[in-house]
Amino acid sequence: MLVQNAPSSIPPVVTVTNLVKQFGRFAALRGVTADFPPARLYAILGDNGAGKTTLLRSLAGLSAPTRGTISVLGATNPREVCAEIGYMAHPSLLYDEMSAMENLCYFARLYGIRDPERSRNLLCRAKLDPHLSRPVGQYSQGMRQRVSLARALLNDPKLLLLDEPFSNVDVGSAREMARFLGELRDQGRTIFVVTHQASFLEEAADEFVWMAEGQIVNRTPSLLTTEAR
Amino acid sequence: MTGSAGLTRATLFKDLRLEWRSKDATNAMLFFALLVVVIFSFSFDPTAEESRRIAGGLIWVAFLFASVVALNQTWARELRNQVLDAYRVSPAPANSLFLAKVLGNFVFVSVLEILMTPLFVIFYNLRALGPAYQLWIVAGLGTWALVVNGTFFAALSLRTRSREIMLPLLLFPISIPALLAMVEATSSILTGEFSAKFWIVLLVTYDLVFTMASLFFFELVLHAE
Repeated sequence: MLVQNAPSSIPPVVTVTNLVKQFGRFAALRGVTADFPPARLYAILGDNGAGKTTLLRSLAGLSAPTRGTISVLGATNPREVCAEIGYMAHPSLLYDEMSAMENLCYFARLYGIRDPERSRNLLCRAKLDPHLSRPVGQYSQGMRQRVSLARALLNDPKLLLLDEPFSNVDVGSAREMARFLGELRDQGRTIFVVTHQASFLEEAADEFVWMAEGQIVNRTPSLLTTEAR
Repeated sequence: MTGSAGLTRATLFKDLRLEWRSKDATNAMLFFALLVVVIFSFSFDPTAEESRRIAGGLIWVAFLFASVVALNQTWARELRNQVLDAYRVSPAPANSLFLAKVLGNFVFVSVLEILMTPLFVIFYNLRALGPAYQLWIVAGLGTWALVVNGTFFAALSLRTRSREIMLPLLLFPISIPALLAMVEATSSILTGEFSAKFWIVLLVTYDLVFTMASLFFFELVLHAE
């Protein structure tokens, strides 16, 4: 069963057309075509090597397509709208030697935000103490993930791209994070979450996008495991 | 412009803070340069006159080799946890990052030079017979030439598999005109036999050309996959 596009009358916030991404002779994405309407939470699922992270990096503007086109927030080059995109990668994208607050204040400057209040609020929202002077390198993996999510939210993005936000996070924190992502979606943000732990998003996600061998093979409104695959 | 300058300053302070806490680059540079000074002083036993003739070469070769350590470190810390991607997905101008890195490296290599030069003076019994103030000019221009190219080529070799070997392979050949100017200018000031003006002008030209070229191409390098 091939379902490439969810039927919707709302103009999509992300459109990919025949997207191909090759690394040498290996094709990570093999002609992905899909529309994604705004203000929805998409869970991108699939086995390792299915192309999930490559798709996310392409949407973030970190990986240029070999062939095909991408339209993100109305721009054909995601870099043109990068101020509107929040990106959380599997690695933390944080300096291990600096505290969470120092990290966030520095990355806020990249978006022209000078007021440390924004960083402080986001850390508090992530249930972390902004006054903690311990370097991020000494944080637990779960704490680091929360700082990383806070970093991705610094610029108040319209489009949020998250790669494995629940990895190494305890169940309670992961459920809290999923609830928080649901709230962000309700505020009108479009969110893509690449994950192997889809069960955390069972309630929050609007759509589950299944990928295999560099293609979107199915899109389902709920987490149907074996049937969907 | 003010935003770019502010961002350059913020990135520079961030790098200085990281280096202050980790001391990755400075420790390695200092030990390397110290070893070079000591080994050279045991290998040669020059007279004061001979020292003045060869010191320019020895000093700059030692600084060039030692600075490679700092130059490799400057981007290595951006690769840990893929932090560079956070910069690449932001609207921050690439040149702010580049200038901050160049200024940071300039500070690190200058600190090395300030600490090592007295040792060179002692070990080689050096005394300038020409206008000594020009040594400051040569040091500033020469250091800038090393770090601007070094920072650029370190970024260029960032994604190569053996980047620590790749950097000297790229940097040393392109630094030859600057190195020649630094050595000749330093030797001329130390011996007082001829004017260093030509070599200083050459260094200024080299710095201008390579700074402009690096700024022009850096965005391509930063966003290359």
